[in-house]
Amino acid sequence: MSPPASPGPTLAALPVGALARIKSVDPSQRAGQRLMTMGLLPGIEIKLVQVAPFGDPLAIEFDGRRLSLRRREAAGVLLEPI
Amino acid sequence: MPDVIPSIRQKTSRVALVGNPNTGKTALFNSLTGLRQRVGNYPGVTVARKSGLLKLPQATVEIVDLPGTYSLAAASLDERIVVDFLSGHLPGVERPDAVICVADATQLKKNLFLVSQVAETGLPMVLVLNRWDAACRQGLEINTHLLSERLGIPVVAAIATQKGGVRNLLPAIEAMLHEPQRMRPITWPDCVDRATAILRSRLPVDLRRTLSEVELHRILFDAKSAVLSRIPWPEEERRRILEEARAEIQRAGYNPMAAEALLHYEHLSAVTEGVISQRGDLQRGPTESIDRLLMHRGWGLLIFLAIMYVVFLSVYTWASPFMDVIEWAKGRVQEAVGPALAGAPILQSLVTNGAIEGVGAFLVFLPQILILFFFIALLEDTGYMARAAFLMDRMFGWCGLNGKSFVPLLSSYACAVPGILATRTIEDPKARLVTILIAPFMSCSARLPVYVLLIGAFIEPRHGSFVASLVLFAMHFVGLAAAIPTAFLFNRVLFRTPSQPFVLELPSYHVPQMRGVLWRMSQSGLEFVKRAGTVIFAITIIVWALLYFPRPTAVEEEATRRFFAREAVAAAVSPADLEAALDREGAQPEGLAAGLEHEIDRAYLEQSFLGRFGRAVQPLFDPAGFDWRITIGVLASFPARELIVSTLGVTYSLGGDVDEADPNLRTALSHTRWPAGSARAGQPVYTLPVVVGIMVFFALCSQCGATLAVIARESHTGWAVFSFFYMTVLAWLGAVLCYQAGSLLA
Repeated sequence: MSPPASPGPTLAALPVGALARIKSVDPSQRAGQRLMTMGLLPGIEIKLVQVAPFGDPLAIEFDGRRLSLRRREAAGVLLEPI
Repeated sequence: MPDVIPSIRQKTSRVALVGNPNTGKTALFNSLTGLRQRVGNYPGVTVARKSGLLKLPQATVEIVDLPGTYSLAAASLDERIVVDFLSGHLPGVERPDAVICVADATQLKKNLFLVSQVAETGLPMVLVLNRWDAACRQGLEINTHLLSERLGIPVVAAIATQKGGVRNLLPAIEAMLHEPQRMRPITWPDCVDRATAILRSRLPVDLRRTLSEVELHRILFDAKSAVLSRIPWPEEERRRILEEARAEIQRAGYNPMAAEALLHYEHLSAVTEGVISQRGDLQRGPTESIDRLLMHRGWGLLIFLAIMYVVFLSVYTWASPFMDVIEWAKGRVQEAVGPALAGAPILQSLVTNGAIEGVGAFLVFLPQILILFFFIALLEDTGYMARAAFLMDRMFGWCGLNGKSFVPLLSSYACAVPGILATRTIEDPKARLVTILIAPFMSCSARLPVYVLLIGAFIEPRHGSFVASLVLFAMHFVGLAAAIPTAFLFNRVLFRTPSQPFVLELPSYHVPQMRGVLWRMSQSGLEFVKRAGTVIFAITIIVWALLYFPRPTAVEEEATRRFFAREAVAAAVSPADLEAALDREGAQPEGLAAGLEHEIDRAYLEQSFLGRFGRAVQPLFDPAGFDWRITIGVLASFPARELIVSTLGVTYSLGGDVDEADPNLRTALSHTRWPAGSARAGQPVYTLPVVVGIMVFFALCSQCGATLAVIARESHTGWAVFSFFYMTVLAWLGAVLCYQAGSLLA
């Protein structure tokens, strides 16, 4: 439930078009709480759809919903390979 | 408890409309209330309060459209309004009798998160599954009966954008008021109940009874809840109490900050189990392929720039024929009304130059506002606005703005008034305020006459048309160059609160609904007239009075004597002959009557309160090289920049009808020299450093009553005052810098 001590791959580092599964979302950031309320929960499959022209923000898709979030916020989302 | 809403027979019941953004909530609100809407503000805050009346066969219901939100976690002002309103703790506003929850049928489970939070308020509810048609197209099947049974409240399918698409909802609302049904709330694990009990026991006695369970959950679960501001716990004690309560949850194996989302979604998985099923393959619709083009790094950016170019061009050019019609109509009314009041000169001037001018002053903004909001409604309705924000976020994010600042700032290049109104699309209050504060720096179309006059009189004759057009182009970036560091500074120094995370939903694309777009457009125009119209009108009247009074007749006599003495010398006749010539009808010397009138206008302007004030504060503008005429012109153009042209016309005895291309005004300016006795006696006033200084002053100064009125309405009067002062100081510094540096170099 709480983030592990050694951070693994995060959403901020996912390449465009790649799929991954969410391991945990750091809820100590306000963005983390917001993302979880919007349905970004551990176990959900997530896809990085697009990166904006200047490298930030990112567009993701999960469970039929598309969201845009900044890299800084995406760094709080830990992933595991599917 | 008698399970009938007690207020129903005595008064109109009040029902809150709650839902996530992008669920079609506004469309639902519009189709329920039609034209019977009212827009106001919640007391003390700038969140718009939209309400409307719904006539049912047996009752009239007031529907309050609450801001769209994903959760009750009060991170933003909008969300805080929703929590406070539903728990009846908004000062001066009664608690609603019931709630209509709107959910997007294609995103049911995620939308139910908010619904499940609202259930904890204990208010009677009905759940609307909107965008039912889209769900059907995707092949989703939702068993509303089963869902209704599990939740314990009526569940109604709706298509708010379709005529008759909310038909089933009306009897459900009526039934909700007569036989209220409350949704079965989530069953919390014991640790949450224990934690809530700890919080309650630490509350002051009066709050222990009034604070609801929902509000305690907000304090418990939210990282920084706005509800805490109502509890007088000292800083240190608050931290200790929260730690103690959250430790209960921690002990049960949950991260306290993540517990609410995890538990709610676990609960919702059980609730929706077997309710939603997919027939065949999921039909995603065209969103994915459209996004591949519109969010593309190259193509997406190009298309974005093309769309913005069309929006800007429309606001800038399409509006002008309509604005011309309003100006023309204003002139006609003034001409028609003026002679009727010839017997009472003060009243005549008050009505024609004060009242009619004042009405025209705010009506003239309407074409630009309507056109801009037509596009904004279109961009939001189609779902493109979120993509535009996505593309632009990086460019604005670093100085405290976000991607949604782009449209308001671009529109401000036509006019800051619609631009500031357009900041309503920015959800983050801090980014919105910073955008509002820098929007007036964008070079609006009212600055153009000033640039054209000065460039045409001084730069074009001396340096040619190429340099002239280059300077004109450069002037459009002076304000922007000041705005960017200002935004950065405000973000760092003035507003220390952290920015909201930029988490933005990219909704599926929709075909826009013309009815809704036109509705939004007309509402924004109406609102502007209602909210800012009176202030703009008042400012016009006040400045009229400052320019008109005092008006002793001696001024006119003196000006007349001076005029005839001067003209007589020029024509080599006696002043008496000239006066006689003017009295003879039909045979007046060319322009004599007009010349006299302009001389009198000028004398009155110099004598007026504003004229005297201008002379008094002239030393302040001395370091910028301004003479008294420029100073009065600058002061008279505080209600609106373009007034400097007509004011300068009056000070040069050319009358107030001159425009920026008037050759006489240009000649008069270039011949102006410092009078004998001054330090610079005999030297021309309008040197290059002065001319550039004036233009920089106009680029940076907050000379627009309408903009200040709108800032006050959209944020707070204090911000309008602040904006006025910091921009004026900055403008003064800019003008002084130009003059001093320019003089040094020369």
